[in-house]
Amino acid sequence: MTMPSVLSNGRSRGYIEVLQLIRQKDAVIFTFAFPALLTILLGLIFDTPVMPGSPTTHSQVFAAGMIAYGILSTAFISMGIGIAVDRGDGTLKRLRGTPVTAGAYFLGKIVLVFFAAIFEVALLLLVGVLMFDLPLPADVSHWVTFAWLMVLSVVACTLLGIAASSLASSARSAPAVLNLPVLVLQFTSGIFVHIAALPSAMVNVSALFPVKWMGQGFRSVFLPDALASEEVAGSWEPGRTALVLLAWCVIGLVLSLLTFRWSRR
Amino acid sequence: MTPIEVHGLRKTYGGTAAIDGIDMSVDGGEVFALLGPNGAGKSTTIEILEGHRRRDGGDVRVLGEDPGTAGRRWRSRIGIVLQSATDAGDLTVRETVRHFAGYYPSPRDPEEVISAVGLAAKADARIRSLSGGQRRRVDVALGIVGHPELVFLDEPTTGFDPEARRQFWALIRSLAADGTTILLTTHYLDEAAALAGRLAIMVGGRIVAAGTPSTVGGLAHAQATVTWRDGAGLHEVRTDSPNTVIAQAGPDMTDLQVRRPNLEDVYLDLIGARS
Repeated sequence: MTMPSVLSNGRSRGYIEVLQLIRQKDAVIFTFAFPALLTILLGLIFDTPVMPGSPTTHSQVFAAGMIAYGILSTAFISMGIGIAVDRGDGTLKRLRGTPVTAGAYFLGKIVLVFFAAIFEVALLLLVGVLMFDLPLPADVSHWVTFAWLMVLSVVACTLLGIAASSLASSARSAPAVLNLPVLVLQFTSGIFVHIAALPSAMVNVSALFPVKWMGQGFRSVFLPDALASEEVAGSWEPGRTALVLLAWCVIGLVLSLLTFRWSRR
Repeated sequence: MTPIEVHGLRKTYGGTAAIDGIDMSVDGGEVFALLGPNGAGKSTTIEILEGHRRRDGGDVRVLGEDPGTAGRRWRSRIGIVLQSATDAGDLTVRETVRHFAGYYPSPRDPEEVISAVGLAAKADARIRSLSGGQRRRVDVALGIVGHPELVFLDEPTTGFDPEARRQFWALIRSLAADGTTILLTTHYLDEAAALAGRLAIMVGGRIVAAGTPSTVGGLAHAQATVTWRDGAGLHEVRTDSPNTVIAQAGPDMTDLQVRRPNLEDVYLDLIGARS
């Protein structure tokens, strides 16, 4: 009698995680619509050229950077709340009493997050393109950048969300606990405001966290290279972005392994 | 092999002993009940045996392994029926039972399990829409779908109406008839008497009596109480032979009652609920 593999259990966990997500229709609609609505609001309010004579508008800058928020919200926030909920409603306790492994549980969560993040990012791109004429890159190399940014951002945010879930004492407090750092970093990392307008000390501190690099990375994919001069370093810094995000993946992995508990106690 | 062996089990919370050195063993194929009031340590005991909680002392062997360190294969041989989970509300009964079957190396047929717990008509209903009793049947289905050798039930019928409780008992008996070893906790005496081959009564973290439902606490040779009334007033005599007492009583005897202590009397005496 061989035990089912972690991979096959993880796959079937992914299936039922996605199934459970899409059956909560109101939660799905509002969670996914939130970043898109913010993009629309900010885009309509700041619909001016970034520089006199520039073809790029502030709306486009927001639309590109807001992809970072879409990933934060679907990976970090949803994961943190999701695990707190699983801990509160007995999901984790029940799984603990079966032969399923923590690895299979997390594989299921990662499948869920990729599903949600791809959906969210597609929605944000749709808003950017249709409402604010965000140009989609025509060459492969920008899309390659987009792909590795997606993967590194989703993995880092998911792992950090797992770690953050143990900060919340219950499923009810989880949204408040998780939203606060996200909201702060959105402002200080130049997602909700134009990064060139921020005090440099604030940006320097924010540069320690992944959000600033995610926003900068997605701007580099969708904005013309002339806009790199608006960034803190005056360039897109793709190498440094990859390194910082990779480092956060490792930090997230270590933190989640150290803090994850099957039960609240 | 003895499925459950416990020697000197201890668990303390902040200096107070929740379990204060208990010994017990459960044989293969038997239904064993841990009976006791709330706070006696029943749930803590069962959670240690399930591997959900660490112990502070003593020796515990469940299916030959220490539940504190046992791995996946051991978990595939036990079944845990949860008490108060509200998970998987958006999945149907069938989806959930099928999914959990996939965790085990040799599961029962999910459709048979759904029928066995009486949910065939509700197989495609979302779990959220089920009644409390039906919800507990899903818990049982998930506890047995892996074809466990040993099943843990922690206060399985709390909140059931009488009919649902009878149906549940029938389900447990059919599991036992298949040779599954069952450990259940309950604070219902009738439940322990109806299901268990042997039981132990727990009070304040200790086992204060153990035996079968008809012998526990000295029930088998307990004295009968004979009460009657006559011209001299009310009489109450505790005796080994009620017949002799009745034969010696006067001809004006009325309101004669002979009562042997039952499980409830023994239980109430042991938990100190009777002065």
